Amino acid sequence: MSDLTDLYQSVILDHNKRPRNRGKPPTANRVATGDNPSCGDNCTVFLHLDGAGRVDAIGFEGSGCAISQAATSLMTTQVKGKTAPEAETLFNEFKEIVTTGKAPEELSELAAFAGVHAFPARIKCATLGWHAALEALKQPPSAS
Amino acid sequence: MSLSPNLRIDFPALDQHVGGKPLVYLDNGATTQKPRSVIDALARFYERDNSNVHRGLHALSMRATDGYEAARARAAKFINAAHSAEIIFTRGTTESVNLVAQSWGLANLKPGDVILTTEMEHHSNLVPWQQLALRTGATLKYVPVAGTDAEHGLDLDALDKLLTPQVKLFAFTHLSNTLGVMNDAALLCAKARAVGALTLIDAAQSIGHEPIDVQALGCDFLAFSGHKMAGPTGIGVLYGRRALLDAMPPWQTGGGIVVNVTYEGATWKPSPERHEAGTPNVADAIGLHAAFDYLDALGRPAISAHDHALAMKACAALSELPGIRILGPKPGQPRGGLVSFSFAEAHAHDVVTFADQDGIALRGGHHCNQPLMRKLGLSSTTRASFYVYNTDAEIDLLVKSMRRILKFFAV
Repeated sequence: MSDLTDLYQSVILDHNKRPRNRGKPPTANRVATGDNPSCGDNCTVFLHLDGAGRVDAIGFEGSGCAISQAATSLMTTQVKGKTAPEAETLFNEFKEIVTTGKAPEELSELAAFAGVHAFPARIKCATLGWHAALEALKQPPSAS
Repeated sequence: MSLSPNLRIDFPALDQHVGGKPLVYLDNGATTQKPRSVIDALARFYERDNSNVHRGLHALSMRATDGYEAARARAAKFINAAHSAEIIFTRGTTESVNLVAQSWGLANLKPGDVILTTEMEHHSNLVPWQQLALRTGATLKYVPVAGTDAEHGLDLDALDKLLTPQVKLFAFTHLSNTLGVMNDAALLCAKARAVGALTLIDAAQSIGHEPIDVQALGCDFLAFSGHKMAGPTGIGVLYGRRALLDAMPPWQTGGGIVVNVTYEGATWKPSPERHEAGTPNVADAIGLHAAFDYLDALGRPAISAHDHALAMKACAALSELPGIRILGPKPGQPRGGLVSFSFAEAHAHDVVTFADQDGIALRGGHHCNQPLMRKLGLSSTTRASFYVYNTDAEIDLLVKSMRRILKFFAV
């Protein structure tokens, strides 16, 4: 069985303890919520796109385990500056990492989640915030 | 009067390692392990007696029918029902509750009536009543829990105010799967009876742990599952007073429940057959019979004392951990055989994953109790729930594991 230090890498513990982009950015006008009904975790992602369709503001709220909180925190740092298709590509790479444990080198920070693959029950924790972000990107902007 | 630690060898599943450590199984509130005698009864049925019941005249069918009806009589004896016809076999507690809601509820409730339940119910004793209220126009009300951590259990003053003549049914749990609170079921039934309300007890968490006598409790219905009391999955019981069951329409129809069928209509057999359409779960009923025998051989007062003592010991030991919040009765107070808790520093899922690495099986989540968790300002807790085979040494391992987790997350 995989060691827990593979699962709870220092990057993950750091993002869990000190989440980045926590809260709703003032300019955000797109929002979506993800729920994990089996465990009660939930995550709401708020974002705003600039004129070129790039994410220029992103934040999240919600409660969950260290894996879901850290994955969502890290996700916000990675998705910022990306277009919707770029974010989707990034998510597919992240999914590959958490399901196979194989991490390409250029995705250094996301690679911290490679250990999740040995704990299949926790994959849904790692992807909760990503699903909410992609859903938010599909939402029409609200009048602000 | 205490249980022998040697009884662990009766449970084959306990004899294994998880993550290189001996299994410490503390998820008994979800399902218990099964003794060899239950597993053997299932295998014996399929190897020797497997046949359909009630309609065959050959030897195997008669043996299967005898076995199935003997299980019914044994269930009646286990809860001291007045008659075996008061035992309906179902898939489990959830189906038992749904049977009452769909059959008795749809036939008897109307706008203006009140269904009363409590804030500490498992979804299985809450959602069926919500749906019934929507369909009949009846109103669903909840007896509140008292205290920040629901440590005082049900608010009995509020109950007295809620119990009006409009209340037609009071459905409540005997032992909360989230709080460890034991309700005084006899008292609650007496209060409900005083205003003419029927009562349904959800005994899912208590049936395998506490002595239960439906006549002494004075309930009208009682629901439980086999798999939480050392029996197989997929089998459970609805107890109902005979006059009520015989007056209730079938909730599912088909073969096995009819006296006479024409192209125009059908007439129903009395209880229990009228509430068991189709081929019943014969094998698991027979397995459940073996579980009743097993628990009564140990003695339910001894089981109750054992499980309560473990839960109280665990509660006291865990309460010394930093940042812990324990739901339900406080340390030193009586509680049923489980304890659920949360840490400021570590989420329940991380706790359960860590404990699993130590070979310890716990439950993390909302325990099918979302409205209560929301009321208490929690999204999830970790729960340790105990059974006949658990030991003091396992509680020491639990506390040691929790200390390791807290140290890890205190970065």
